[in-house]
Amino acid sequence: MIPQLIIGVTDLAAAFLFLYGLKRMSSPVTAPSGIFVAGVGMLVAILASFLYVFGVSAAARPHLGINVGLALIALVLGGGAAWWSGKKAAMTSMPQMVALYNGMGGGAAAAIAAVELFGDKTRGATQLVVTLVGALIGAVSLSGSLIAWAKLEGILHKPLRVRGQQVVNGLVMLWTLALGGYLVFAAASGRAPLMSLPLAIGLFFGSALLFGVLMTLPIGGADMPVVISIYNACTGLAVGLEGFVLGTPALMIAGMVVGAAGLFLTLLMAKAMNRSVGNVLFTNFGGAKKHAQGDVKGSLKPVDAGDAGIFMRYAGSVIIVPGYGLAVAQAEQKLYELVKLLQAAGVSVRFAVHPVAGRMPGQMDVLLAEAGVPYDLIFQLDDINDDFKTCDVALVIGANDVVNPAARTDKSSPLYGMPILDADQAKKVYVVKRGEGKGYADIVNGLFYADNCNMVYGDARAVLVKMIEAVRSVESSTAA
Amino acid sequence: MSSQITNPTFVALTIFMLAAFTGWVIIGRVPAILHTPLMSGSDFVHGIVVVGGLFALLNATTAIEQAFGFLAVLFGAGNAAGGYAVTERMLAMFQPSGHPARHARRSGPRPVHARKGR
Repeated sequence: MIPQLIIGVTDLAAAFLFLYGLKRMSSPVTAPSGIFVAGVGMLVAILASFLYVFGVSAAARPHLGINVGLALIALVLGGGAAWWSGKKAAMTSMPQMVALYNGMGGGAAAAIAAVELFGDKTRGATQLVVTLVGALIGAVSLSGSLIAWAKLEGILHKPLRVRGQQVVNGLVMLWTLALGGYLVFAAASGRAPLMSLPLAIGLFFGSALLFGVLMTLPIGGADMPVVISIYNACTGLAVGLEGFVLGTPALMIAGMVVGAAGLFLTLLMAKAMNRSVGNVLFTNFGGAKKHAQGDVKGSLKPVDAGDAGIFMRYAGSVIIVPGYGLAVAQAEQKLYELVKLLQAAGVSVRFAVHPVAGRMPGQMDVLLAEAGVPYDLIFQLDDINDDFKTCDVALVIGANDVVNPAARTDKSSPLYGMPILDADQAKKVYVVKRGEGKGYADIVNGLFYADNCNMVYGDARAVLVKMIEAVRSVESSTAA
Repeated sequence: MSSQITNPTFVALTIFMLAAFTGWVIIGRVPAILHTPLMSGSDFVHGIVVVGGLFALLNATTAIEQAFGFLAVLFGAGNAAGGYAVTERMLAMFQPSGHPARHARRSGPRPVHARKGR
């Protein structure tokens, strides 16, 4: 009785701490304490769950010693390995780390369902159906997230696309649902207890895992963030459903909160990419039809990096548009060095970050923060877009599609309607780029040909080093 | 028949609805600058599944239940620990002007309050 009471109280406390922690994450000032608060909730809930030993069924009592030992080993192994990998992962690999940990969560939900099913522990048709649905979603999330991880990590390179894939996927899904339906029917009609159907249960899990793999394989690397976000929501949902079966409100609440949050982020991301979620999941971006590229007027006008640096040194205001190319060149530190020099010379410098800069929303912000850029210099699209009109220089580094004016003007462009940063409206635009290639979407960027735009070709890091040198030489000559 | 007015399933559905609504509203207020830590943070939160895994494992009676229970705890613990580690590291990097950048590679789950007086 007492242990049950303690578990109830700690579950409630954990749910509260999760919500309070997430709420504190709504500002960079309070966010670090937010994750700490949520972490305390998690720790308390895990410690309290060892009180389950006082409430185990008579049948499980003889196994209790072994089970507790297994639990401790699993906690230390799983927790330790993930902690270590999370501590040493590079900031650029955050999307795949999130995918990996998310897949683990989905796998855990599916494994709980497996215990319930193989042990025939569910009572009534409702519980059985919920267990199966949670198992299905969790298993799909596990295998799908692992494929997403492999793609982002560069283990799987090309999206695998075969003709008739959608049909096969649909059939696998139907087959999985049919197996689930059979299990419910067999158990509910009392024909066969679940215990006697291990093969059907195994097949159910197998085909759910297969579906996750098949579903994710054809999706391209650029769309992986949306996919990860969807699987994040899926894992939340699966956890919530298994929480219902086990009767633990903490799991139900935490799972559903994450499910809704994941859905919110998914829709947000899809909007910023100018795509619908269905479009991401069921069409093969890039492999689709080629559309006519409109003629571009003007020419590309390359300029020396040093000259561009000196021009910015004497400008009044500069807005920097960083893209993932900056992170690829590992040039964030150099960029901030340049920014500090410009600031010292009295130039107002701000960063304009597009919602999908980087490999997941907000990743560019993390990478800039890692380089030491204070968050009050970093502005989001809606907050800074009107200021391009009045700024002297827009410096675009490693970004392309997110500054393509075709999104505003060219109705035939696939980018049309996508929210973009209006860098083209600045008095002067410098674009730092490796070469004349196109962006992810493989679309010509009219901005590069505009009269007010100059190209600075080269590796972002090398270009920034030259700019820094040029600005420094001006400072030393004026000082002398 | 149960002596309660509302079927327990509907109590559960109500909890689900309120939680989903809460999640939507709370997340909607997080600025875009924090979206990556937010995603990893919500990733961490569903690591609570480890508690369900512990319940399943501690009540396991057969080898197959023990095996899946072990997997559930292993994965759940990985989800929670990994999610926490990356979120905490990312959030520690966000500093306002005038604060030196803190370094990401710290050990230990200590709270990360902004350093004062600098």
